[in-house]
Order: sequence, then C-alpha cells, then structure tokens
Amino acid sequence: MSEAAPGLSVDSVTGIDVSLPLAGPGARAYAFTLDWHVRLVLALGWYAAGALLYNGQLSLAPPLLSDVRWFGLVVVPALALYFLYHPILEVALRGSTPGKRMAGVRVVARDGSAPGVGALLVRNVFRLIDSLPVFYGLGLALVVLTREHVRCGDMAAGTLLVYERTGSEPALAQHAAERLGRLDATGAELVAELLGRWQELSAPARAELARRLIVRYSPGSTVTELDDAQLRARLEELGRPAAATP
Amino acid sequence: MTTDAQQQALAAALLKRAPLWLQADARARRLGRGRTEDAADALHLADDYRLLAHDLARARVLMPASRAREFLESAYARAHATLNHGDWRLGSTLRTLFVIELPAAVRWLAPYILWASLVFALAALGGFLLVERYPELIALFASPDLIASVEHGKLWTEGLLNIVPSAVLSVQILANNIVVSLFAYCAGFLFGLGTLYILGLNGLMLGAVFAFVRAHGLGGQLFSFIVAHGCVELSVMCLSGAAGAAVGEALVRPGSAGRVAAFRFAALRSGVVLIACALLLVGAGLIEGYVSPNPAYPLPVRIAIGVGYWLLMLALLTGRLWWFVRAPATSDAPRPA
Repeated sequence: MSEAAPGLSVDSVTGIDVSLPLAGPGARAYAFTLDWHVRLVLALGWYAAGALLYNGQLSLAPPLLSDVRWFGLVVVPALALYFLYHPILEVALRGSTPGKRMAGVRVVARDGSAPGVGALLVRNVFRLIDSLPVFYGLGLALVVLTREHVRCGDMAAGTLLVYERTGSEPALAQHAAERLGRLDATGAELVAELLGRWQELSAPARAELARRLIVRYSPGSTVTELDDAQLRARLEELGRPAAATP
Repeated sequence: MTTDAQQQALAAALLKRAPLWLQADARARRLGRGRTEDAADALHLADDYRLLAHDLARARVLMPASRAREFLESAYARAHATLNHGDWRLGSTLRTLFVIELPAAVRWLAPYILWASLVFALAALGGFLLVERYPELIALFASPDLIASVEHGKLWTEGLLNIVPSAVLSVQILANNIVVSLFAYCAGFLFGLGTLYILGLNGLMLGAVFAFVRAHGLGGQLFSFIVAHGCVELSVMCLSGAAGAAVGEALVRPGSAGRVAAFRFAALRSGVVLIACALLLVGAGLIEGYVSPNPAYPLPVRIAIGVGYWLLMLALLTGRLWWFVRAPATSDAPRPA
C-alpha cells in the first residue's frame, strides 16, 4: 500500500471530515503531458485532414493567397482545438480532462465540490502567467514550492488538484470479507485481489506475489518448491474463514 | 474473545457492507450529474451520507491501509459534495454567471473601471500631445509601413479587404484583442504594475497615432474607421485593465484576510468580467473585419453600429440584457474571506 498523500480536510456536519488527497507535481506533470499529446494530436489531425480535403491531393501546404474556406475550416478549428482544449473540457467535464482522468486526478474547489464555470475559466486564463518564461516554468516552480502544490491559476481560482479513486474496491471488499480468517483486512484484500487477477498475471509474477503473501501470513512455510497450482491452493486455504470468524 | 479476533470480526462485518457503499456512491454520482429528479432518491442520499460517514470512521480505525477505506473516502467526499452543493448543470451555471455574478462583479469593479479609464485616457492624451509637439516620435509607437502609408496621404486601412478577406481579418483581430485583454488582467499578478503598463502603452499608442494621422489631414477617416468597433474595444480594454488593477490591489493591500486569500477573492470575482470581455471582443472583431474597412458603410451607420453595440455591452454588464430571465435563487459568487 502506498504512503498516504498529503490531503485537504473539509469539515462535515457528521463530525467525520472529508479527506481529499492532493496531487503533487508528478501527477500534475503526467496529466498535463497526456493532455498536451491529446490536444496536439487532435489539432494536427484536424489540420492534416482539412488540408488534404482542401487541396484535393497529398499536400498539407497552405494556399498562396488568404482564403476564407482554408482559414475557417482548417486553421481556426485546429487552433481552437489546441488553445481551447483545457477551458472547454474542464467546464464540460466538471474539472476533468482526458489526461486528468488517465492520471487519476481532477480539479475541485476548496470545499471539495466541482468548481464553478468562472473559477475554471480564471484557472485557465492564468496559464498565460504560469507558462512564463518557458515550458510552464513559473507554474511548475509554484507547484513544487507551495504546500498544496498549486500553480498561480489555482491560487487565483481557489481550486486544487486531487486524486480521484476509482471504484473496483467494493467488489474487492466483498471478496475480502469472505476471506477474513487468519488474515487481517489488508491481507484479505490482497489475497482476494491476487486470486481474482490470477489468470491475468504472468506465471512468474503471480508465483512471486503468492509466495510473499504465504510467507507473510504463514510464517515458517516452505514455498520455494511449490508449483503454480499448489501456490493457488495454499492461497485459497489461507483465505478460507477460520475459527476466528464469528 | 481476544482483541485480534474482535477486530477481525468488526472488519468482516464492515467489509460485508460493501454493496451498500456501491449503491450510495452510484446514487451520489447520479444526483451530482443532475440525471435524476426522483425525490426518494434524493432523500436516500442523506441516509447514504450518514452510512458512509459511520463506515468510514470505523474503516479509518480498523483498516487504515486498505483499499476499502480509500473507496469509502472517495464515496463519502462525493456524497458530501452532492449533498452540500447540489447538482451541476451547465445551463443554470451560465445563467447564474450572466444574470447575477457578472453585474455584481461590474458593480464591485466600478471604482477600478473609473481609474483604469482615467489612466487610459491620460495616456492617450499624453501620446497625442507628445507626437503633436514632436512628430518624429511617432517612430516609437507605429510601424514604418503605417508611417509611410500616412505620409503618402492614405490610411493603412484603405484597401485592406483587397488583401485580407473579412473573415480572416476578423479572426486575427479578435484573437489578438482577446489575448491583449487577458494579459492586461493577468498582468495584475505583478502587483498591478503589468496592467498599468499595458493600459498606458495602449493609450499612448492610440493618442500618438491619432495625432500623427490628424497632422496629415486623415483624422476624420481614422475616426470613421474606428468608431464602429472602437467604442466597445476601448471600453473592454479599460474593463480588463480594471480587473487586473483589482487583482494588483489585492496583492498590494491584502487587508486582514491575507495576501493569498485576497488575491483569490479579487481574481475570482473580477475574472467573471473577462468572460464578458472575450464575448464582446468577438463581436468587435467581426465589426472590425466586416464593417470598419468597408467603404460602403457611411459614417452615420458606423456611429449607429458603434453606439448600439456599446449600449448592448452596457446591458450585458449591468444584467439588463436578461430582463426576461428569472434570476436564479442562489449564487455561488465568491464571498470575502
């Protein structure tokens, strides 16, 4: 289990605070890089397709004289895809973009809710400052130096980038609940997950993971000689409810 | 029963509630996206919220490092956001933005708009007087092509449509103006100095070019060219400058809230005006591409377009444009920290 990320704590009427783990510079840079590739491919793809259709031959060259059709159907949409990608998608997807989704992060207001349209647009307008002097230098420096890992646009808009957990856990928890015998909750989850993914993993990888789990929860066991089927059987035995289960 | 066995039993009992968590999370997602109007569903959310809070509190103690706890954190945060902030619909959000937040932001910015307009007007006057007194200084403010054209008795705008089509011209102009306007706002980040510089420079250039053109007997033609789009374009320059000045002042004089909080409040509140500025500049760009360089439009028509568009701008900024829209009951406009 990974070390818990620093988080934002929001008070709740139930007395149990809402905890949102903040995304750091790595997750931010990863999401930005993914988004940059997506918008670049979209913009270039549009330009190339538009240019090929406009020219009617295998050429991407612009016309010699200014032409409204070329400008309106090829150049403007390509530039719009590139420059309006973040503001439009963040507004439409409530603080998310394809890159952020892939990186498992999203933009939230400081109370944990989805930011308003104004906040998202202000956040994006300040990219003009964050991108100075080159390659988002100022924005990156601020993300590294600030406690909440925010760039200038986030400071202005009152937004934060937080990790978004995806939801295969309840099914896993159900399997884990059935396996709570001599295992603790974490161990039961790990055994349940490993058995669930047994066929997806390569034989050496699942054998290594199985051996580690068996040694951890059955100290003194000899596991080096066990083959694939025997390892799986031992894992299932380990996860079987024991006398301790009420 | 030993403590370990007791913990195991409690964890098992907790994990068996997983299907309930999944239902609660699905309901919070559904309601958060506004995809259901079912009142019973909404009522259930309050129960879900309590259930998730209860289970999360136990999971934090019994199995802090588990993925079940992580899922509960996420589901609880989603239920909290949905319950406390309602659903999120683009239409109602935009309506709140234009009907409530924009007029409120303009009212709040009124003193800044006055000061920004004054700075711009003084800079324009300064540029005008400077070039009128020392004509050779025009080289500091205008390109050699513009100077050569005016010295030959022709405005650089003449025959513009023979070189560039209106649509192309419009898009080039509006894109440039929007970028300048956004920069005037963002430059407030430099304690307001960047905004002051952009406002001053643009005012100086406008005044200097007017003085130079007037000295060559082309002042009337330049006025005729500018009037249709210029009323709104120059007003928007002052508006975005005012927004930048508000951001700058929040950083210079943050008050008791602290610098970051004051900056956030000013940027968020004044930033709403930028959305209107961008929309207005699209219209001004189209006028500048289609009407201003076209000699077929006589001066009275140009004045009517310029003044009419300026009045439309006032109606948009004061919220009077939406007189037929019922004001939303609540606003999520930022409040002072």
